[in-house]
Amino acid sequence: MGEQAVKISEVTLTKEDFTSDQTVRWCPGCGDYAILSAMQKALPEMGIAKEDLVFVSGIGCAARFPYYLSTYGFHTIHGRGPAVATGVKLANPALSVWEIQGDGDALAIGGNHFIHALRRNVDINILMFNNEIYGLTKGQYSPTSQQGLITTSTPMGSIERPFSAGEVALGSQATFFARTIDTNPKLMSSIFIEAEQHRGTSLVEVLQNCIIYNDKTHALITAKENRDDFQLHLEHGKPMLFGAGKSKGLRLNGLKLEIVTLGENGITEDDILVHDALEPDPTLHQMLVRMRPPEFPMALGVIRAVKAWTYDEGLAAQLAEGQAKAKIKSVKDLLLSGETWEVS
Amino acid sequence: MTATAKKRVELDRVVIRFVGDSGDGMQLTGSQFTYTSAMLGNDIATLPDFPAEIRAPQGTMEGVSGFQVQIGAVDIHTPGDEADVLVAMNPAALRANLKWLRTGGHLIVDLDDFEGKNLKRAGYDQDPLEDGSLDGYSLTRAPITSLTKEALKGVDLSTKGIVRCKNMFALGIVYWLFNRDPERTLRFITEKFRKDPALIEANTKALQAGYFYAETVEALPSSYEIAPASIAPGLYRHIAGNQAIAWGLMAAAERLGSDLFFGSYPITPASDILHELTRHRGMGVLAFQAEDEIAAVCSAIGAAFAGQLAITASSGPGIALKGEAMGLAVMAELPLVIVDVQRAGPSTGLPTKTEQADLNIALHGRNGESPVIVLAARSPAQCFEAAYMAAKLAIEHMTPVILLSDGYLANGTEPWRIPDLDAMPDIKRHAPSADVATPFQPYLRDPTTLARYWAVPGTPGLEHRIGGLEKADVDGNISYDPMNHQKMVDLRAEKVARVADHIPAQSVRCEQSGKVLVIGWGGTYGSLLTAVTELEAAGESVGLAHFEYLNPLPANTEEVLSHFEHILVCELNSGQFARYLKGLFPEHRFHQLNKVQGLPFRVNEVKDKIMELCHG
Ligand SMILES: Cc1ncc(C[n+]2csc(CCOP(=O)(O)OP(=O)(O)O)c2C)c(N)n1
Ligand code: SF4
Ligand SMILES: [Mg+2]
Repeated sequence: MGEQAVKISEVTLTKEDFTSDQTVRWCPGCGDYAILSAMQKALPEMGIAKEDLVFVSGIGCAARFPYYLSTYGFHTIHGRGPAVATGVKLANPALSVWEIQGDGDALAIGGNHFIHALRRNVDINILMFNNEIYGLTKGQYSPTSQQGLITTSTPMGSIERPFSAGEVALGSQATFFARTIDTNPKLMSSIFIEAEQHRGTSLVEVLQNCIIYNDKTHALITAKENRDDFQLHLEHGKPMLFGAGKSKGLRLNGLKLEIVTLGENGITEDDILVHDALEPDPTLHQMLVRMRPPEFPMALGVIRAVKAWTYDEGLAAQLAEGQAKAKIKSVKDLLLSGETWEVS
Repeated sequence: MTATAKKRVELDRVVIRFVGDSGDGMQLTGSQFTYTSAMLGNDIATLPDFPAEIRAPQGTMEGVSGFQVQIGAVDIHTPGDEADVLVAMNPAALRANLKWLRTGGHLIVDLDDFEGKNLKRAGYDQDPLEDGSLDGYSLTRAPITSLTKEALKGVDLSTKGIVRCKNMFALGIVYWLFNRDPERTLRFITEKFRKDPALIEANTKALQAGYFYAETVEALPSSYEIAPASIAPGLYRHIAGNQAIAWGLMAAAERLGSDLFFGSYPITPASDILHELTRHRGMGVLAFQAEDEIAAVCSAIGAAFAGQLAITASSGPGIALKGEAMGLAVMAELPLVIVDVQRAGPSTGLPTKTEQADLNIALHGRNGESPVIVLAARSPAQCFEAAYMAAKLAIEHMTPVILLSDGYLANGTEPWRIPDLDAMPDIKRHAPSADVATPFQPYLRDPTTLARYWAVPGTPGLEHRIGGLEKADVDGNISYDPMNHQKMVDLRAEKVARVADHIPAQSVRCEQSGKVLVIGWGGTYGSLLTAVTELEAAGESVGLAHFEYLNPLPANTEEVLSHFEHILVCELNSGQFARYLKGLFPEHRFHQLNKVQGLPFRVNEVKDKIMELCHG
């Protein structure tokens, strides 16, 4: 990490240290509980001093998240969290800034801020809880709802084509994109830690279940009987294998991904694509984020983590250069700059 | 150089308007005349008049750019109602601006440009120089283009480059006419074009040629003298409104010991604040161009939460977009300055024209009971102090402050006595003391101001959560309790109301009691003050209360009103301040003077209205 590295906590903190005194008010069984718990576990491992952590959010069920952590927190307005988080980080680069959004918050009302945050690459971490529904406002379809979904605002089924959050993110030049799921606490915690370590905007999509308005929307991926076939856990430098006993893998056939089975038609592990999260060219990452069951497994893990110049680095460099070169060093100098004349 | 041969006439004040194609360099010409005159000790006010289009077709009315300046041996508060001298570089400029020249005024035109296709492009069927339509003016037909070409023969420039120097020729004429030494501009030319000797030579020759031309031709029988004004001694500079806002904010940040965060999205006429601030990264100015106005204000709110002096600026359309976020700052009780450089609306309206019609949105334009402090700057230079005070009040009272400026102030300039920064009032953070009770109570208030503490991330032990949901009194947790909501709404209102104890009393200029009290606010100050001063001098019983603090109003407002028989509220909208005052002080009788033409008040129209009340 750069010179503005976040201060390391002097004492070892525990999960309890990150729990606020507020009663958690999500519906019983909501996936958000598991995400909160995974974050409370991950935070002590990051070793960041508690006072240097700021959780910003927009509006929605997801956006209540900051109230339940004992760090600094700011629950703002619908969709604007990335803009507020950007201001916090630019004002004090020594802070570890997190921004929590729902799918509606991020991709509907806040779409503009979402894409520009990723494009700018300010060093903040965005967690998007994707339940493919508007939870807080009682179950209307969202920009990630599947076509045909019956919701409170689409009694005859949703007409719109859904966004893939990852595709939007990569199209916005995201330097870090990871996907995880609320049923996998370990994966969540480890990805949160990796997101924190990445310099630049880290986007983590958490597939989350809204038990009330869109229950089992991710069931195809999470159900025990499908899990192996429909989850591809990507690890940098490892072959893209999945299925029972890691018997299946992905390879490229022309410009398309294809599922192959090891041992069939002479396929060996050498034919399988090896995951390269650090590759700047997003082409393959785009293909991976687009995959969806039942045709393909869902890609989980850190899909993209490329090094790139961050906005905060650029700003710090300009501030330093400005300071070094400035002839005008104070407001007094400024007032006296240019043409002045004395009246006596 | 000296001009002695001809007659010299003494004047108190004079208004000169330079107009031409946007490519003709009229802004430069006007500002050179302004600077030279200021250094000679004249009092001054200027107003550029830009076309809305960046580069409209050459020679058309849409492409005309102008610069008006009033200089005086007496106090000058406005760029003037009407021009005494109009310099028109082409037919379109004449056609668009003749209405600004007073009857009998002096008109100088570039004769070379008044021919066939140029006349047609400007929309003239016949040559106005020949058809008698200019008989009411004193007309100088100066062959500016051809004489410039003649004077610049042998200079190593293309014909196009040579013709571009004609503005300096015109400036030379005006310098002679007002007996100004062109020396300062000659130095300016040498400095500006130091990398290009041909341009130095060309501009210098053109300026001198114009000066000598004026001295010799008979078309200009006399020159004029405007003596220095009696101006308070001190060191002076020029300043435009937007620049003054930027500098006032920087002064506040420096005094506070904070970096300055400025989140903004470009919009006319506010963009120059962004341009100015981005130049000062070296002084810790974090000017951030956001993806839209909402992100601009939200980034500023984030920076305020993180402990910096945070600002956003826009014009009407952008202010409308920021409404929801301003409400968040009200609820979160964070310091934030929102600058609104007003332009004529609604919607896109007249982007380059001035208006004061955003008062309602400033006072009321948010959902819920959402009071904010509202200030209005009154002159280009006073924008400095207004911006400083806006920042001070935001920080000390932990609340958003809206500062209203307008297109007229933004681009207008005036000489400004450089203030003593040490004499500016201190700005103190309401930061929690080291022994503040734990757990930290984010909505514990200062008993006098009711401001909550500004506890910033990075401070151990003060971790807390805030947000847009209603807060419980003191501990700041989410609260849906009806009585708590009532209490918090009342507290937020009371916090803003108490600011009245921390701002100056409303002063009255001219008569302190009597027949007519003129009330104004914001950028109309110059016109209103000129009108009232002139009428008072003529023996009328009239005073002026010009408001800088609009919410809350100064504590003595009611008393000020009570000293006059009639109250005349003058504003460049359909009566927004008048309605506000009527609501607050229903027992007083209010009259109104309103104008929504994208133009400032003329002194005369204000005087006429006052006279109606004095003698009606
Ligand atoms: C300006 C504005 N418009 C609408 C709303 C109402 N609203 C609150 S949350 C929300 C959608 C939330 O959906 P999502 O972001 O997916 O979060 P979830 O509740 O599913 O976690 C809406 C429409 C609002 N609070 N503010
Ligand atoms: S509505 Fe859905 S997303 Fe919201 S708290 Fe309940 S279960 Fe969770
Ligand atoms: Mg949702």
